[in-house]
Amino acid sequence: MDATAESVTQLLIDLAYIVTGVCFIVGLRLMNSPLTARRGNTVSIAGMAIALIATGFKLDFAASWWIGAIGLGAGAAVGIYFARAVKMTAMPQMVAIFNGCGGGAAAMVASAEYLRLDPAHSAVPLDLAIASVLTAIIGMISFSGSIVAFLKLQEVMTGRPIVYPAQQVVNGLLLAIAIAGLVCVVVGYMPVAAFFTSLVAASLLGVLFVLPIGGADMPVIISLLNSFTGLAAALTGFALSNDVLIIAGALVGASGTLLTLMMGKAMNRSVANVLFGAFGAVKSSGSGGASTVAADATVRESSVDDVANMLANAHQVVVVPGYGMAVAQAQHSVRELADELEKRGVEVKYAIHPVAGRMPGHMNVLLAEANVPYPALIDMEDINPEFPQTSVALVIGANDVTNPDARTNQSSPIYGMPILDVDKAEHVVVLKRSMKPGFAGIDNPLYALDNTSMLFGDAKASVDKLVGAVKALDQ
Amino acid sequence: MNYAHLLSELTVFVLAVFVGVEVISKVPPTLHTPLMSATNAIHGIVLVGALLIAVVAEPRLGPALSILAVFLASLNVFGGYVVTQRMLAMFRPRPQSANRSGPARDDLTIRLTDDWKP
Repeated sequence: MDATAESVTQLLIDLAYIVTGVCFIVGLRLMNSPLTARRGNTVSIAGMAIALIATGFKLDFAASWWIGAIGLGAGAAVGIYFARAVKMTAMPQMVAIFNGCGGGAAAMVASAEYLRLDPAHSAVPLDLAIASVLTAIIGMISFSGSIVAFLKLQEVMTGRPIVYPAQQVVNGLLLAIAIAGLVCVVVGYMPVAAFFTSLVAASLLGVLFVLPIGGADMPVIISLLNSFTGLAAALTGFALSNDVLIIAGALVGASGTLLTLMMGKAMNRSVANVLFGAFGAVKSSGSGGASTVAADATVRESSVDDVANMLANAHQVVVVPGYGMAVAQAQHSVRELADELEKRGVEVKYAIHPVAGRMPGHMNVLLAEANVPYPALIDMEDINPEFPQTSVALVIGANDVTNPDARTNQSSPIYGMPILDVDKAEHVVVLKRSMKPGFAGIDNPLYALDNTSMLFGDAKASVDKLVGAVKALDQ
Repeated sequence: MNYAHLLSELTVFVLAVFVGVEVISKVPPTLHTPLMSATNAIHGIVLVGALLIAVVAEPRLGPALSILAVFLASLNVFGGYVVTQRMLAMFRPRPQSANRSGPARDDLTIRLTDDWKP
């Protein structure tokens, strides 16, 4: 290729990258409504395809094209296989692991680029050096952190916070080491060793900072890790001088950060408190919060038939799903129950708390899987005024997001967290495995209220029994 | 160090952050999980970087690590998009007709066809 043709090709490739950036933005824009969201994802896929094709032209069949082909083929095959095979209930861990892959890839790209600049023998431009180290640090935190999040969500390891003494000191030290590595790289003191020291410190930090995060805080951590990988991708763009990486990474970084803040707000906790407070610290003061449940308070256990009667004769039932519904995979049975009730003229709605489940919007996806139309899923602010006019609030595997202590008891660890006001409904029916307290380890005075009855057992089994009992009412 | 180049990159970055905030803040909570999954796939764009560092005359990471980098990034891209597509295929404005609902939904086949119209 002569010089002119080469520069024209380069120009076309850069233009293609701009088209990709536009596709990503338009794709995300179309996600502002469920009606257009699928089209949005298709546009986004088209953008990615354009970027990959353009990159193919850029590489122009270099000698080692087979390296790209093998990696791409294997990654596509494995990725598509797992993405198809995974159950909807396992979505949070799936998103976590794919996120980690992106972070790991970014860190590897940055390392390769840094080594290519031959830092041991020549001066690396400062901006490229800084971009490479930061990519490696953030990418590795995201990689190892996502793997721990995956293991927790997959329940390979406990979902409870793992706390040990001097946790913050150790984390602080690791961060200091990573930053010291960055400084060494910048001033050129043993740059290669410093680079890899940073990398190792960052991967340890990723593990250690996710370990103390409990299951209920997962929505925050999953979106935070997502934003880390986005940032790492953008920084890779700086290291490689590639605008499409910068644009895409910035979009994802902004999105992840925004969601993280939203989740924190929904729990009335700062993100710093979620990350470093661990519920371990909160739990010790939690005994005070439990005091509103009088020691002699009794909970009323109800029978399937009574609840079925109550539901069938209601004018409005609000279902309040929580992580318990996901664990029991009860979403299809819940939809079936709602169908039965609607046949009898009962209005059924679903109250969605922003942090119910293990990732932002987790309940919406599960109910969508069970064919629940999305207009029936109602956000907290909109459903709360409706509870006083609701005959039955049916709480399925949700706990802390319904705890009235959050409104009234100042000594409660979750005081101030916006909750679903189920206690204001005429009747509250709580489906729960046992009287074990929820994630926060605090009692829920809701269960002792006069208008509350409990139905113990596996959520799916209980709902299935309710479906049978409601059907039997016809005969 | 080329300041003009760095500055133009920083400009792109800052503007993209603002576009991102603007666009994302309009996504309703119902779609937050698909949104996370979609943005997750988008940061798979690092695959472009992985290909660029892998397919050069002499990959610095050596062939094995280069393949790994491309592998991880394409796992992110392809897995991310398929998962997102699967999730979005489930969102429906109103209940499906009886023959479509029921136990048949329990199977794990993905439905990439446009089987509903708003």
